Amino acid sequence: MITLTINGERRTFDGDPATPLLWVLRDRLELTGTKYGCGMGLCGACTVHVGGEATRSCVTPMSALEGKAVTTIEGLAAPGREHPLQAAWKAHNVPQCGYCQSGQIMQAAALLAAVPRPTDGDIDSHMAGNLCRCGTYQRIRAAIKAAAGRTA
Amino acid sequence: MNATPTISRWSFLGYSFTAGAFLIGTRLVPGGLIAQTVRPGAGPLWQAGVYLGIDVDGSVAIIAHRSEMGTGIRTSLPMVVAEELEADWSRVRIVQAIGDAKYGSQNTDGSCSIKDFFEAMRIAGASARTMLEQAAAAAWKVPVTEVVARSHTVAHASSGRTLEYGKLVEAAAKLPVPDPKTLRFKPANAYRIVGKTVAITDMDDLVRGKGTFGIDARMPGMVYAAIARPPVLGSKATRVDDAAARKVTGVQTVVRLPEASPPYVFKALGGAAVIADSTWSALQGRQALKVDWSDSPNAVFESASFRKKLLDTVHAPARPLRVMGDVDAVFASGARTHEASYYTAMLAHAPMEPPAAVAEFRDGKVVTWAATQNPQEVQSSVADALGIKKEDVTCHVTLLGGAFGRKSKPDYVVEAALLSKQVGKPVKIVWSREDDLQFDYFHAPAAQYLKAAVGQDGLPTAILMRTAFPPIGSLWNADEQYGGWQAQQGWTEIPYRLANLRVENGPAPAHTRIGWLRSVASIHHAYAVQGFTDELAALAGADRVEYLLKLIGAPRVIDFGAEGVKGWKQDDPRHAFDTARLRRVTELVAEKSGWAGKKSGARRGYGLAAHWSFLSYIAAVVEVEVGERGEVTIPRVDLAVDAGTIVSPDRVIAQFEGAAVFGASLALLGEMTAKDGRIQQTNFDGYQIARINQAPRETHVHLVQSTAAPAGVGEPGVPPIAPALCNAIFAATGQRIRELPIAAQLKGSGSGLGFRL
Repeated sequence: MITLTINGERRTFDGDPATPLLWVLRDRLELTGTKYGCGMGLCGACTVHVGGEATRSCVTPMSALEGKAVTTIEGLAAPGREHPLQAAWKAHNVPQCGYCQSGQIMQAAALLAAVPRPTDGDIDSHMAGNLCRCGTYQRIRAAIKAAAGRTA
Repeated sequence: MNATPTISRWSFLGYSFTAGAFLIGTRLVPGGLIAQTVRPGAGPLWQAGVYLGIDVDGSVAIIAHRSEMGTGIRTSLPMVVAEELEADWSRVRIVQAIGDAKYGSQNTDGSCSIKDFFEAMRIAGASARTMLEQAAAAAWKVPVTEVVARSHTVAHASSGRTLEYGKLVEAAAKLPVPDPKTLRFKPANAYRIVGKTVAITDMDDLVRGKGTFGIDARMPGMVYAAIARPPVLGSKATRVDDAAARKVTGVQTVVRLPEASPPYVFKALGGAAVIADSTWSALQGRQALKVDWSDSPNAVFESASFRKKLLDTVHAPARPLRVMGDVDAVFASGARTHEASYYTAMLAHAPMEPPAAVAEFRDGKVVTWAATQNPQEVQSSVADALGIKKEDVTCHVTLLGGAFGRKSKPDYVVEAALLSKQVGKPVKIVWSREDDLQFDYFHAPAAQYLKAAVGQDGLPTAILMRTAFPPIGSLWNADEQYGGWQAQQGWTEIPYRLANLRVENGPAPAHTRIGWLRSVASIHHAYAVQGFTDELAALAGADRVEYLLKLIGAPRVIDFGAEGVKGWKQDDPRHAFDTARLRRVTELVAEKSGWAGKKSGARRGYGLAAHWSFLSYIAAVVEVEVGERGEVTIPRVDLAVDAGTIVSPDRVIAQFEGAAVFGASLALLGEMTAKDGRIQQTNFDGYQIARINQAPRETHVHLVQSTAAPAGVGEPGVPPIAPALCNAIFAATGQRIRELPIAAQLKGSGSGLGFRL
């Protein structure tokens, strides 16, 4: 039995401890904002926060999460509220298909938490693990800078 | 005009999986664009045609019948309806259509949604607005010419009276539908929605993780499937040992799928499916399956030898598609000549959301929720596979997490439906990335050969050009080896005015399923033509912009029939190839990129390319820096775009920003290979797509203001990127890149591109 919190709620898990967090979120808890993209930590679509750190849920087994606090895109902002990145994403019309954007936003949120005023180099190196096949990168960069209180 | 009963309340309209059916998407509306419906017991609901409904409270529902895969079409076409309706955009709800032929084509590919439906949407909106005005005029007993609709209200200026749309619905619904020829459309300068920046309707959902994609769709009681498919096209499972798979926790059963045989079209490939109570269990179960596969003739497919075969093919005479003058005579005359061969690798679509669907077969009918570009094809393909009528297949369309042509082919929906029939439950299928890359409908590897005779002025006096690639037609006829319409794309359609031109297509067999990928054959043809053009300009020592403009020649509307294309027919004169527009985007991109003041050299270069595809005119200037170890960075891309009338400029700009990344990605990195008929890349480590630090840093999109008929937007930004990039690399380094991907070809590069972080 593994006990953890997900978006502030206490959860227990008694299935196969090797199950990746991604599939527990998606199939069991119906928290489908976290996306599958590769299953190998190569694309970042499944990014969540574990203890505040950006984490690839597709390669994070439940066994590693005892006592941990997981935050998904659904829990990034309090109900009825908006994270500054979500507001910036909207202001810059970042999403095209939108599929990778949960992971992009979660990855960017971890960056801003650690580096409130990231440089372009900070952004590129921190975001390089998150693929966007639509090619929204330049708007992602602009939105992160805007959310960090800087103009793009 | 028939009144037809509704089967669902207005309140059920919307993007919901809980509703059994959408209000408007479930009935066939006979004839015409306007129909009326009566909502029993809930007051009248006016359904103004298949694309539009208005409720008595004034709420407007607009049907999005095309699929949303990132272009913004789910918002853009409704914007046109709302504009002509004089609707308050904040009171518009967008409702996604199910697959139904009554909407016209729902096949969302070929960059044609706005082109093909702009007029229909204008007519739908203007018809409803006209009827609302007529209803108000009748209520006030004034001539209809004295009333005007604006922002959800009809007003009579001289008396100051106004009526909101909701108050007019009942009366308007009883009026005859105006003849479209009598409609008064808004002048473009009065537009308040079209041509403005409007956020996509799904924006808030998408930033909160609430958008519903195919992978997110659920049906009550569903099980999850993972399929072991034939690893070589045409091989079949000869033995399935599922003992270990059945022991995996959560696995319920293992079933066989019927083996596909040519033509493969959109059939399920066959194999063995593990059915489980979660995605993870299904994947684990599949890993434990032991399957023996039979041989297939396609096991001969090996990428290096196939590349050589294609290059050999284009070095031999082939089937002529366009002939002007006599190129052989010019070549034999002792003229100075230049020749080059080009090759581009096989590519995969790799949308971030892999193919995904859930389907239930029950009582001889199928209901599915699918990430599909073509719900009517889902109906047909599922019906064919299950031996039922296509009308008995209900296809709900989710958001698509990218598609690029892959999700036009509903083989994965067929799999879910076939499995549901076998196991008696709804079946959810999510392709793993490994499935996606190995069993794609690949963009064909392609080779070209070009030879030019060059005159004293440095301009070509004759060009011979040959292309060869396995064609998409092989999906329907496995023996097809010629390109058909793909050989036209950017190939027979070369716009240069030449007295002597011979365009040929050589044969190439398909050993995988071949599909259409964003901009299709224009990817390789623009690469070869615009690369070769740069070679000729370099030989002439000419400025690239001036040289290209000279080659295009004086402005003309090309009659390809008169210029040597056999059997040419211009479908729509509004979309005839007007070289004045290609010249204009070339001049515009030169101006906006500051071309005249740019100096290539010292490992920094600027490259030009221009290309017409999907009826749009695009020119690109790419700036590149090449480091001493061969590392490539793209500081800036400029794209000039003439796509005719633009509905949603911000989304158009976004499509071209994305195309610059897509084009740079395939040029720098894109390569799928096969050995013994098996695809060698299984995930994003092997098949790389551009990351934020590899993509063009800034893309500047310059839209030509135009009232011409709307043309394509989603695809035409891709083709000019690869040639402009390689032309820039030549300008920076003197090294000519004639094969894609660029990968490790650059001098000084080690094992691969070392991208600057």
